[in-house]
Amino acid sequence: MVPKPLWLLAELTYRCPLQCPYCSNPLDFAGRRFRNELSTEEWQRVFKEAKALGVLQLGLSGGEPTLRKDLEVLVRTARDLGMYQTLVTSAYRLTRDRLAALKDAGLDHVQISIQAADAELSDLIAGTDSFADKLAAYRYTKELGFPLTVNVVLHRRNLHQVGDMIRLAATLGAERIELANTQFYGWAMHNRSALMPTREQIAAGWEVVQRERARLGKSLEIVWVLPDYYEEFPKPCMGGWGRAYMTVTPAGEVWPCHAAGRITTLQFANIRDRSLEWIWNESDAFTRFRGDAWMPEPCRSCARKTVDFGGCRCQAFLVAGDAALTDPVCSLSPQRGRIDEAVAEVEQEPWTYRSASASRTSSPILRG
Amino acid sequence: MTAPLAGTVPRVAPKARLEWDEVRQRHVLLYPEGLVALNPTAAEVLKLCDGQRAVTQIVETLKQRYRAEQIEAEVATFLSNLAAKGLVTYVR
Repeated sequence: MVPKPLWLLAELTYRCPLQCPYCSNPLDFAGRRFRNELSTEEWQRVFKEAKALGVLQLGLSGGEPTLRKDLEVLVRTARDLGMYQTLVTSAYRLTRDRLAALKDAGLDHVQISIQAADAELSDLIAGTDSFADKLAAYRYTKELGFPLTVNVVLHRRNLHQVGDMIRLAATLGAERIELANTQFYGWAMHNRSALMPTREQIAAGWEVVQRERARLGKSLEIVWVLPDYYEEFPKPCMGGWGRAYMTVTPAGEVWPCHAAGRITTLQFANIRDRSLEWIWNESDAFTRFRGDAWMPEPCRSCARKTVDFGGCRCQAFLVAGDAALTDPVCSLSPQRGRIDEAVAEVEQEPWTYRSASASRTSSPILRG
Repeated sequence: MTAPLAGTVPRVAPKARLEWDEVRQRHVLLYPEGLVALNPTAAEVLKLCDGQRAVTQIVETLKQRYRAEQIEAEVATFLSNLAAKGLVTYVR
């Protein structure tokens, strides 16, 4: 029987005032594939069909989702459907009035990113002065009674600040801080050698997390997303392909995760052509790696296949060159050497900021 | 983990929301980045956690609806599990 989805990530737009070099958006976000954004009515249809399929958790993301002027309308629709909604925002130019309107429309939870623990480094990494706006938005969020998650993507240039980030989140009154070590997709893959942390940095960061967890107890939930290149076994990516999760991109393509669109050997359906139910149950992108019949060795005979589902298909595609192989992060993968090489290659070159102009010159698809 | 005192008044935490999941035919408690699937009795308990009723009153109400032996202990365990996750808070 086909499992039912629980999670929908709605990437409402790929427009974004920030230029973070580790962005998980596609390298070709500025291209034709994503430009013709879904209308309000089309998103409302997506939400209704998602709820009917079983989705209970809705992420409103991007790009910068608050650039959509109809965000309040979309939030109200999803609330009427009974979905729990999280806004994932950079908080750039986000006003108290806007947040209050979103609260009124039924938004449940706000996640605001910071790029580092201080303005100078945070703004440098974001490529856009935004830290002051973020601090203001944290305050508004708490004043309005939202549960708040502080998000940070960790990499070589900010891992030394893990303790300061946690203390900042605690001071702001956040319920959660997500310390997500960079996963190498999208722009992060493009900038991999400029972002790759050292093993010592990871160990030091993890030590701080354990110490702060003991100190802060239940008052702040500290989520540490493992840097999978340093792991022995792959992550159980998305809890299994096509099992619980889907992403709808700004122009209506539906992906099994927010990075899957890069896999050129899959065919992605669009909600403008098909129902979400058909896409989830029948489309090539969702059925290809669902279950375990597709698995090659060493996964096929491995006891861990029900634990990690063979790891990440996008990583297999990006690093090993074939989405149907074992995640190369796995120590049992014949391709593990490629991960070890990437870890060894720590480069001091500057990174490429995520921008529309860089999208046109960096993306193999747009460059032609 | 400490069980709630009989006189304490629980409520569903502001960050959490009780919803009916039509597709799976069950109630769920939704919260940031997660959910708890509820059996019918657990859903009944949470519907009574309104910040007005004390635990004793909740237990009494349930006793009138169900003929279970250990309602007190079960309600206490259930509520303290959710309180440990910050999904139930005590008004007093």
